[in-house]
Formats: sequence, C-alpha cells, structure tokens
Amino acid sequence: MNLLARLTDGVPARSLWGLGLLLVLLLVAPALLGKYGLSVLILVLYFAYVGQAWNIMMGFAGQLSLGHALYAGVGGYIAAGLFFHYGIGPWAGVFVAVLAASVAGSIVGYLGFRFSLAGVYFALLTIAFSEFTRIAFDHWSWAGGSGGLFLKVDATSDILNLRGGPLLFYYVILALAVAAFLLCRVLLESRLGRYWLAIREDPEAAQAVGVPVLRCKMIAVVISAAMTSLAGVWNAFYYNNLFPETAFAMGRSIEFTLAPIIGGLGTLFGPIVGAVVLTGLGEIFTDLSELFHISGLKQIFYGLALLVIVMYRPAGVWPWLAERLGFAEKRR
Amino acid sequence: MTADFLLSLAQAITKGLLTGMVYGLMALGLSVIFGVMRVVNFAHGEIMVVGMYLAWMGFEYLQISPMLSLPVIAAIFFVAGYALQRTVISPFIGRPEHQQFLLLLAIAILLVNACLAIAGPDSRGVQMDSQFESYELGAFVFDAVRVHAAVTAIVIAGLLWLFFTRTRTGKSIRAAADNNLGALVVGLDVRRLYAFTFGVGSACVGAAGALMITIIPVTPFLAAEYTLLAFVIVIVGGLGSMTGALAGGLLIGVSEAVAGLLLQPSLKSMVSFGILILVLLLRPQGLFGKSGP
Amino acid sequence: MSGARLELDGIGKSFRGLRAVHDVSFEVPAGAINALIGPNGAGKTTIFNVIAGVYRPDAGNVRLDGRPISGLRPDRVCDAGVGRTFQIVKPFKGLSVLENVTVGALHRRPALADARAYASDILMQLGLHDRRNQAAESLTLPDRKRLEVARALATEPKLLLLDEVMAGLRPTEIDVMVTFLQELNRRTGLTILLIEHVMRAVMALASHIVVVSYGEKIAEGTPGEIARHQAVLDVYLGEPEPA
Repeated sequence: MNLLARLTDGVPARSLWGLGLLLVLLLVAPALLGKYGLSVLILVLYFAYVGQAWNIMMGFAGQLSLGHALYAGVGGYIAAGLFFHYGIGPWAGVFVAVLAASVAGSIVGYLGFRFSLAGVYFALLTIAFSEFTRIAFDHWSWAGGSGGLFLKVDATSDILNLRGGPLLFYYVILALAVAAFLLCRVLLESRLGRYWLAIREDPEAAQAVGVPVLRCKMIAVVISAAMTSLAGVWNAFYYNNLFPETAFAMGRSIEFTLAPIIGGLGTLFGPIVGAVVLTGLGEIFTDLSELFHISGLKQIFYGLALLVIVMYRPAGVWPWLAERLGFAEKRR
Repeated sequence: MTADFLLSLAQAITKGLLTGMVYGLMALGLSVIFGVMRVVNFAHGEIMVVGMYLAWMGFEYLQISPMLSLPVIAAIFFVAGYALQRTVISPFIGRPEHQQFLLLLAIAILLVNACLAIAGPDSRGVQMDSQFESYELGAFVFDAVRVHAAVTAIVIAGLLWLFFTRTRTGKSIRAAADNNLGALVVGLDVRRLYAFTFGVGSACVGAAGALMITIIPVTPFLAAEYTLLAFVIVIVGGLGSMTGALAGGLLIGVSEAVAGLLLQPSLKSMVSFGILILVLLLRPQGLFGKSGP
Repeated sequence: MSGARLELDGIGKSFRGLRAVHDVSFEVPAGAINALIGPNGAGKTTIFNVIAGVYRPDAGNVRLDGRPISGLRPDRVCDAGVGRTFQIVKPFKGLSVLENVTVGALHRRPALADARAYASDILMQLGLHDRRNQAAESLTLPDRKRLEVARALATEPKLLLLDEVMAGLRPTEIDVMVTFLQELNRRTGLTILLIEHVMRAVMALASHIVVVSYGEKIAEGTPGEIARHQAVLDVYLGEPEPA
C-alpha cells in the first residue's frame, strides 16, 4: 500500500475532512490571530509535538521516562553551541543534535532494558541521567556553564539559521507537529507499532509470539529522543538562551508528559487535545491569578486541574471527548 | 595526604553521618510507603518541606523549638496522611504508574505552591539557641544542632522499629507488604493498614522536616530536590528495608559531604546520581533490599 | 505448517538451590500429539519454559528437528517454530481479539494487512471471528483460552506447547477443543505437546504420555500403559498405607 493509502486506511471521510479543515485553519491562523494569540498557539503546537514524541515511548511502547529533558537539552545545546562557536547554522547543526540525542537515548534505553529495569525504577534511571547531565553542563564552559548560553538576536531573517520573528517559528513548529502526527499514525499502523502495543500490554506474551522486545523498546527510545531533540533545537533558537538549570530540569521533563497523559496515552489525538487543554488552562489560570496577586496561585489552580483530571478522567480527556463526539479512535 | 586534610575529611564524614541520619529518617517514610503499597510518592519532598515550614512557623510565631514541636507535627502529619490515603490515594493503588505519578505530582504542586502562597519564596531559617554550640571530641568538632538532630532521628527510628516488630498493627503492615493477598485471606483490613502506613510514613517525614529545619533553611523550591534525594536513598538502601533507608541516608549524607570537600559543592548531587545509576544497574534491590522482584 | 521433532536431553533446572527439574529426557516425534502430566509442582511448566526459552537450562539441551534451541531468547525460539500458551492466559487486554492474533501473525507476515487477514482466518477456525473487534479483556475464560491458542497458531509454529489449555473449561468446551486440536494435527501435521490435568482430554488426544513428579521423569508410554503404571498411580493416588 502506498503511503497515502496507509495513512487514510480505515479513517472515516468526515474525519479526513475535519483534519483537512483544521490544517487549513492552522495555516492561516497567523493572519487571524494577534501577537498574543499566536504565541499561545505556538505553545500549544510545541506541547503537542513534544507530547507526540513522549507518547511514542510511553503510550505506545509503555516505557515511563521522566527524564526527557535530557534529549531536548542535549539537542538544544549542541545546535546552539555549534551556531554560537562556529557559526554552523541549525539546518546543519540539527543533524548533530539529533545524533547526540539518539546516542543518549540508546544509552539510557540499553542500560535500562538490558538490566531489566521497569516501571518506577526505569523512570528513576531516566531522572538520574537527566540530573547528572544537568550538573555536568553547569560545569561545561563550552556550553556556557551555569551562566547560560546566549544566541545573538538580530533583525535579519534567515530561515535556515532559524533567525526571524514568531511567524517563522510558528510555521516550523506547525510543520514539526504535523509531521509528528503523521509519523505516529504510520508507526501505529505498522508492524513496529503493533509490536509496541503488545509490549506495552504484556512483554512476556509478546516475546512468546516472536516480538523482539529489547530491539523494539530501543527503537522507541531512540525515535522519541530524536524527536524531542528537535524540539530542543527549536526552543533554543526561539528563546535564544539556554541554561542547564532549565534545559535539563525535571520540571521540563514533567511538562513533556502532561499533555499526553491528560489528553490520553497511546492515542493519536491525545497529546494534541492535552496540549490544548493544558495551554488553555494555563492561560486562564494566569489571568485568574493576576487578579489576586498571590504567588503560586496559578500553580495551585494548575495542580487542582491535574488532580481533577487524573481522578475523574484517568484515561485522558480525548477518549471521553471522542466518545461524546462520535469520533472514537478504533479500538487498538 | 597531610594531617590537616585527613582531619577535614574526617570532619566531613562525620558531618555527613549526622546529616545522613536525618536524611535516613526522611527516606524511612518513603521506604515504608513504597515498600508496603508500591505507591511512588512523588510528593515526598513536598511533604517534608511542609513539615519544615510548620516547624519554622512554630518557632517564628510561638517561639517553640522544632525539637518540641516535632511530636505535634508528626501527629498532625499522621492524621493528614491517613486521611489523604483513605480519600484520594487509595483508588490509585494498583493503577498504572503514570497515573499514580500524575496524582502525586498534582498533590506535590498543591503543597509546594500553598507554601509559596503562605510563606513566600524567601528562605526561612531557624536560629536555635544552640546554633553556635558544639561538642568536642579530641580534634573533632561537632555542631550541637546536628548532633541533636541525628540523635533524635535515631530515637525516632528506634521507636519505628519497635512499632513494626512489637505491635500488632506494625506486624500486620509488614505482613501486608510482604503478601497482600495472604494478608486479605487472613482477614487483615488491608485498606486500614495502608492508611495507617501512609500516616506513619508521613509522620516520619514531618518529623524529619522538623529536624531538618534546624540544620538547613527552607524554601519551596527545595521540595523537588528532596523528593529525588529520598528516592536515591531508598533505592540505594533497598526498598522496604528500614535499615536500608537509614544506611542509604548515611551513605548519601557522607558522599555529599565528601564530594563537597573533594570536588566542588555543586557537584555533590552528581555523585549521588552516579551512585543511583550504579545501584539501579548492578544491584537494583539496593544494599539491604531483598533480592528479586 | 508441518510438525517438528522435539528432543529433550537431560534437562535440569534449579532455582536458587531448589531443583525444579532434574535429568528429564524425552522425545516427541514430528506430527505427534504427546502429553506431559504429573502432580502440581512437578516441574511441567518449568520444562515448557525451558523449551520456550524463558529459562536457560542448567544442564542438558533441547533440539527442534535436530537443531539446538536451548538458551535462545523466547522470540528466537518462536522464530524457530515453537508456539506456546500460558497456564494463566495472557491476552493483550487493551487490544481487540483480532489485533491480539494479528500480533502473532506479524511474525511471519510483516505486512499488516496480510497479517490481519491471516489472523482473521485463524479466528474463523477457532470460532472467535464474530467477536474479533471485542476488547480481549471482555472475553470469557474459555474464549480467552481459544484466543491464546489462536495467537500462538498465528506464528505458524511447527511445535505447539499447550499449558493446561483445558483448565476451567466445561466438558462440552473441552470436547470442542479436543476436536479442534485433532483436526489441526490431522490437517497440518503440527506437533503438539500438552501439559494437562484433564485426563479426558489427555486420553483422547495423546498417543504418548510422559509423567513427571518432583522434577523427574517417572514413566512414559501409551495412555493404556500409563493408566496401569504403578509409579504413576502412587504419585497421583498416594502410596498405600503400610499395613
């Protein structure tokens, strides 16, 4: 089956039309939204993208990583560092960044899987590696140490070097998000995707029917890490600064997990819906807490929202929403 | 190696041991909770920070020393932990890890930001009367405050040991931890036991917080670090082992102190994480944990 | 799929000093249906786990059509042609019935559509086709057992290891399963080795029986021989009280 057929196989026509319409809206959104609206949409797309990446490892392959900031940080720092020190643009630097993150992912994955770490033990391993790297970067002068790495901002527009205004970054992150979505769809409807789901459900039974569990898990980690590193590169050039304290922070790792968990793990639309919900809630809560001038109020609302969602919709918002709208994703 | 250096090293080790005892107490709470219920308490550091704040408030507004407010704080935490487990956490036992993680993350966010809202972001410390006293033993100088904290921690750990080995509830909890189904079959009210366990674990943490504030000032941002530290200690020492939690605490306390001396202080956590990685790979059951899943 | 010959040669396996299996040897000719019986805890599932690659034997080796397979990982053992079911069924709960079997079919048929079609066929043979889109976790136990067999068959094995597949089934369901296995064996020549407690099924299916107790083989022979074998009777019924 050719690629287009594989992508659309089994999808009802109205869903395809709906997605098409959504894509068109997203393409013209900058013309419709103001500067603030655009920045919010950029955030949504960013979280949808990193959410898709994390979802591959957790939702599809069932491996809980709480240290994904490692890959975003490594990716961002390498691309930014190459640009800062040698003038190598991100269009080239991204390859090195992705390679480095993939190696990092392979190490974490190999150690974790080879030594049969699962569940919380594996999650702790991922945290340990991320924290370890954070402290290492704090002391690495090439990367700017704890003082940070700063990229020059100038008025020139240079697409290949990711120099430009929000509009450029919007379309880049939109492209990434769309590509991630399509990739996830293709992966799910492939042998590898099916094997991942089997591993997620029951690794022992999967092995008994010939699934090469270690290899599949490794592939999941590497793809997830590589994708996440792209977000790191994007992030570095969008904000133009990097600090180990934030680039590798556990808070960042946790951020990556929220959209897919809240939206619905293991589903295609989960991370996207989750990103919309989270960013939306974030903006509402920011506004609310500004009314009251209490530090930490926004986070308190946020925490309450998370609590409510995990208690009443533990499978995520999307499965519930999809049922309501009659869009149930095919039972996998 | 000069005599001076050796002395500094020995001092660092003893300081690490003393701090390590308090770490051990904190980790004990986590070990009890995870060992019995397999709940990954990502809010552990946050709970301790709340304990630190309570002790600080007792000192700041009521002029009560944390050492005295400790039993009260522990009691409050026991009740709160029991209630939390019965109401919110109980349905999540046995659910997938990522859901437990999200639940406790939400609780952690609420706790930390409540502290932030109430006490602000500045660091709050306790200046005890004994702050500048010290005990001397030959060439060694021990901060009185640290010694008191360590001794109290040992006493509390001892009381816990008695609880788990001599009382019926304690033994029932250990039974339930060892074999959940078996415990149900012999008629133990496992839900109540779990609530009790969470209460005991939280009380430990609260007590550790009251002790910790005498050594280190508190800010809301310390919480995440302590959660991680508690996990490192518990994994290194061995899940479900009380001795392991204390031993792990001592080991990490010492390695932090020594790393702070030999390398840069900012690298001390790196050593702890390095140890965690090694333990996870080579001996995941930890120093004192039972081998095998 | 035609059957493979299975040879076990002096298999031994201990767990931390506890000897689970000791010096077990037997052969299952290609295309035969044999049974492995014995009291609970005799080591039968351990033997299966050694054959299937879950455990590496401490002693002895396993050969499939003369090719050694002991020590291979379970997925490589499946690749060599061994399919197995588990004593306590392990369906992929979150997946549908069809998707469960498709995972098995993907082993020899990497194209998803092809694998699904083949899986569908197998479901038809096992009478599960009408429930193919149901979630596996919603199936009744007998259906789950059939699903387990279907999934193993989807890997196109030459040797099928069935671990107490009759347990929990009602007599009519047992007969259906027995007929199915006999048909399958007759049609394709698939070699089948069953661990079974349900004697009705053992006697109906097996042409040869191996009896183990406390990890050792104590007898082997035809069903008729085994039913009269003193050591077997002792082990199942207990030795007679001393006078």
